[in-house]
Amino acid sequence: MEKPLADREVTPILFSAKPLSKSFHRRLIFEDISFSLKERQSLAITGKNGSGKSTIAKIICGLLSPDKGSIQCSVAGKEISSEDLFNHIGFVSPYINLYDEFSGIENLVLIGNIRGIPVDKMSQADDLLKRFGLFDRRNDEVHGYSSGMKQRLKYAAALLHHPEILVLDEPTANLDAEGIGVVREAMRAQLQTGILIIATNDEDDLEFAGARIDLDRSRIIQKRT
Amino acid sequence: MKPLFAPSYHIFLKDSRSELRTRYALNALFMFVVTALSVILFSLGSESVSSDVLAGMLWVIIFFSSMSGLSRTFVSEEERGTVPTLQLIARPTPVYVGKLFFNFVLTFSLNVVIALLYIIFINNFVVSSEAIFWTTIFLGSCAIASSSTIIAAIIAKANTKGTLYPVLSFPILLPMLITVIKATQLSIEGAFFEEALGEFQILVSYTVVVVAVSVILFEFVWKD
Repeated sequence: MEKPLADREVTPILFSAKPLSKSFHRRLIFEDISFSLKERQSLAITGKNGSGKSTIAKIICGLLSPDKGSIQCSVAGKEISSEDLFNHIGFVSPYINLYDEFSGIENLVLIGNIRGIPVDKMSQADDLLKRFGLFDRRNDEVHGYSSGMKQRLKYAAALLHHPEILVLDEPTANLDAEGIGVVREAMRAQLQTGILIIATNDEDDLEFAGARIDLDRSRIIQKRT
Repeated sequence: MKPLFAPSYHIFLKDSRSELRTRYALNALFMFVVTALSVILFSLGSESVSSDVLAGMLWVIIFFSSMSGLSRTFVSEEERGTVPTLQLIARPTPVYVGKLFFNFVLTFSLNVVIALLYIIFINNFVVSSEAIFWTTIFLGSCAIASSSTIIAAIIAKANTKGTLYPVLSFPILLPMLITVIKATQLSIEGAFFEEALGEFQILVSYTVVVVAVSVILFEFVWKD
């Protein structure tokens, strides 16, 4: 049986960004963005549309390369190379898509298999589908899911490998009240053991953030009081 | 050594299941083969054409049918927005190897079907050395799959995917096409297997070089 979250051992994690800069077609999106986070810490990235929130989230997850700067990560004192970072990060975003032609459970099993999650641990796919309210529709193809159900499935996929760092871009997009509640519970659970990074302007989501980077006003991390 | 085979195998399985359900590439390939063979049959009529020309025409069909379907393995990921999903769950090399293996299986199956239909329907096309012919089909499939996979990864990022694919592929596949046509001619002439070894060495070398270069370059193509 799994230990309650509060009783689990917390692995030391250090996740930092050394001054990040990014331009698209000579237009500077942001520059000199730095932060450093440890386990049980969280960061919010805020800013108006086009300010670069999603771009930073993509750089953090290794989907985009910064023009300058770098992402550094260590877990339990061991440096994680940039090519292995994907094993320690879970990412949920409206522009990440799962495979429409497969069912919800097939998507999770497929992702688990590609990630190399042992078969005996794959029962957690069912647990995640229950947690995100998709268990009854687990055998339906994803193209029949609503946008909110797809968003819930993305959370299940992102949490399948118990990532040390969870990055959420617009975490509550497309979700109903129940879905928002489940996601907030997942965010709380992440903060018990790992690092949470959210790119959002939603005031309720910002309650989870211990620090904030506002891309509009300041590029310095502001600690919340 | 970092795990390579298991993720590659599961990416291959994913692509195979996806293809069987969506038939993105299969329908395009099948329609092209049927159309191309029909056109050749009607245009030849009762004319007697030399075996050299028939060998060339066989590989024209194989080349263009491959061009009509093999790019789908990366283009469909790009069009459905699942590229970031794959980038988030696997390293670049297993993705390339899984896609390469899928393209090889698809190309080889397609080429066997094309060759059988060609032998059945084209009267003058008589294969005297079966061993040379089927070895050429196998090694030709390896060579086509190896080069078309990396080109598909490149053109998936472009706006003009359809036209760019055969244009980019042709110069890269030309040395391979010349070699397979020569080997096919030898199989029609009934040459000994040893006589075609030179052609087979070229095809194996071509495939090894293209795969090695692709493994090195794929990460740069795959990531932004």
